[in-house]
Amino acid sequence: MLKVRSLQAGYGKLKVLKSISLHISPGEIVTIIGANGAGKTTLLETLVALIDARSGSIVFNNENIENISPEKIVKKGCTLIPEGRHVFNTLSVKENLILGGYTKIHHRSKEQQQEALDYIYSLFPILNERGTQLAGTLSGGEQQMLAIGRALMSDPKLILLDEPSIGLAPLIVKDIFATIQKLRENGNTILLIEQNAKAALGIADRGYVMETGQIVLEGSADDLLNNNDVQRAYLGKDYKSIDE
Amino acid sequence: MSVTQIWQYVLTGISMGSIYVMVAIGYNIIYNTTGIINFAQGEFLMLGAMIAISLSTVMPLIMALVLAIVLTTIIGALMEFFFIRHMKKPTVLNMIIITIGLSIMIREAALHIWDEKVHSLAYFTGNELSSINILGAYVSPQYLWVLGMSALIIIGLNIFFKHTTLGRAMRACSSNKKAAWLCGINVKNMVTISFMLSAAIGALAGCVISPITQTQYDGGTSLAIKGFTVAILGGLGNNNGALAGGLILGVLENLSIIFLPLAYKDALSLTILVIILAIKPSGLFVKKVMSSLKEY
Repeated sequence: MLKVRSLQAGYGKLKVLKSISLHISPGEIVTIIGANGAGKTTLLETLVALIDARSGSIVFNNENIENISPEKIVKKGCTLIPEGRHVFNTLSVKENLILGGYTKIHHRSKEQQQEALDYIYSLFPILNERGTQLAGTLSGGEQQMLAIGRALMSDPKLILLDEPSIGLAPLIVKDIFATIQKLRENGNTILLIEQNAKAALGIADRGYVMETGQIVLEGSADDLLNNNDVQRAYLGKDYKSIDE
Repeated sequence: MSVTQIWQYVLTGISMGSIYVMVAIGYNIIYNTTGIINFAQGEFLMLGAMIAISLSTVMPLIMALVLAIVLTTIIGALMEFFFIRHMKKPTVLNMIIITIGLSIMIREAALHIWDEKVHSLAYFTGNELSSINILGAYVSPQYLWVLGMSALIIIGLNIFFKHTTLGRAMRACSSNKKAAWLCGINVKNMVTISFMLSAAIGALAGCVISPITQTQYDGGTSLAIKGFTVAILGGLGNNNGALAGGLILGVLENLSIIFLPLAYKDALSLTILVIILAIKPSGLFVKKVMSSLKEY
């Protein structure tokens, strides 16, 4: 579904991504773990063209999508749920959702539009209750749900999720991760970026480990969970407990 | 000073105020999608009126008006396309310099095209002598045109921004540009549309006010300052605030004639601008929740 080959990108003179290659097959949950500043967010933003790729190729559903404009990528069915939610604060919850389907709105009949909204409400009933409220007045967890719901309105095939758990209470994080699994069951493919490596590897099929703009390790989620380096660097275990 | 006289001033004030509201709305629309003040907004009024005046010599008034608005809209679009769209990293200062530069350019071009004389569009109905009695006050029918057009624009814009996809998309750009891109909204096109919309509203305002105040190549500037005062008074980006602010300024300005010499009329708006910027720069009519959610 998505193939990235030797992708490079950065800001000004700063080269953040140094030749990234990865692939995602339909129906997978793939996670990228890595420390702060490894370039994870930059990678996602390059994939959706918020940042220009300097070299390398991005192939989505057999089409090259590097350096086409962000709205065309959404139209093709790849959407990013950014870190920090980025909901439209001054718009109502319902308007946020409607705009999430901006690229589809002229292809949908009234009934189809309502069906799309109903699907989101079935995932997150709270969004229906809060429909007329300004999105900025929602709690952090509700905003994350709204951000996911908004992205789903564009009928994405591939969802890129950037740090969905950041700043949320553990109980809500659990909900969000359960939702991510549900999305996969409903046919979405997911690329998940997380600092919470344990939770991410817990629901993912495969994972990549990213360090300073490079992929240093890849494998199935279970392999990574049991990998000594990963355990030490990202799962908070020291040599001793690994040896035992 | 009789009650009728005061009523007369208030009525004129409301009409003038509604023109300021239209100018302020022009600022707001562009501010909302780009975060910048388009200092060439006043020039849109002058251009609209001047083009209509020229065209009205060769065609019926209504056609001249429509064509003037369309042409000014195109000029607004071109302005954005050539000078704003391609800026890699637009900073506020860059934008201020560009829009001020453009306003000077348009003004100078207008001086060469239409000379320095005062021009005036024909009255939409009747002539400069006809008047209508409204509860004892006599006003020119043109004032009713001004009021009607302003009301139409304000109602129209409210519907546009609240209930149409395009309008919502423009509000989305003002709320969060990054998220707008991620929703598949082409933010750059929205900016172009906002310039076109502002230009169109500016041109219409310029046309309806031209029979009353006359139009000169630099006539946009004073209206621009008043409109800017109103935009600040109502809270930048807040159209309904601008409506209240505009009516207040218009009425105050006209009532000031009672106790201040006429020459001080224009100074009043600047005084208000300075006072507002000093004590409540976020504007008088901004809802608390809204202002806390907005990024300035």
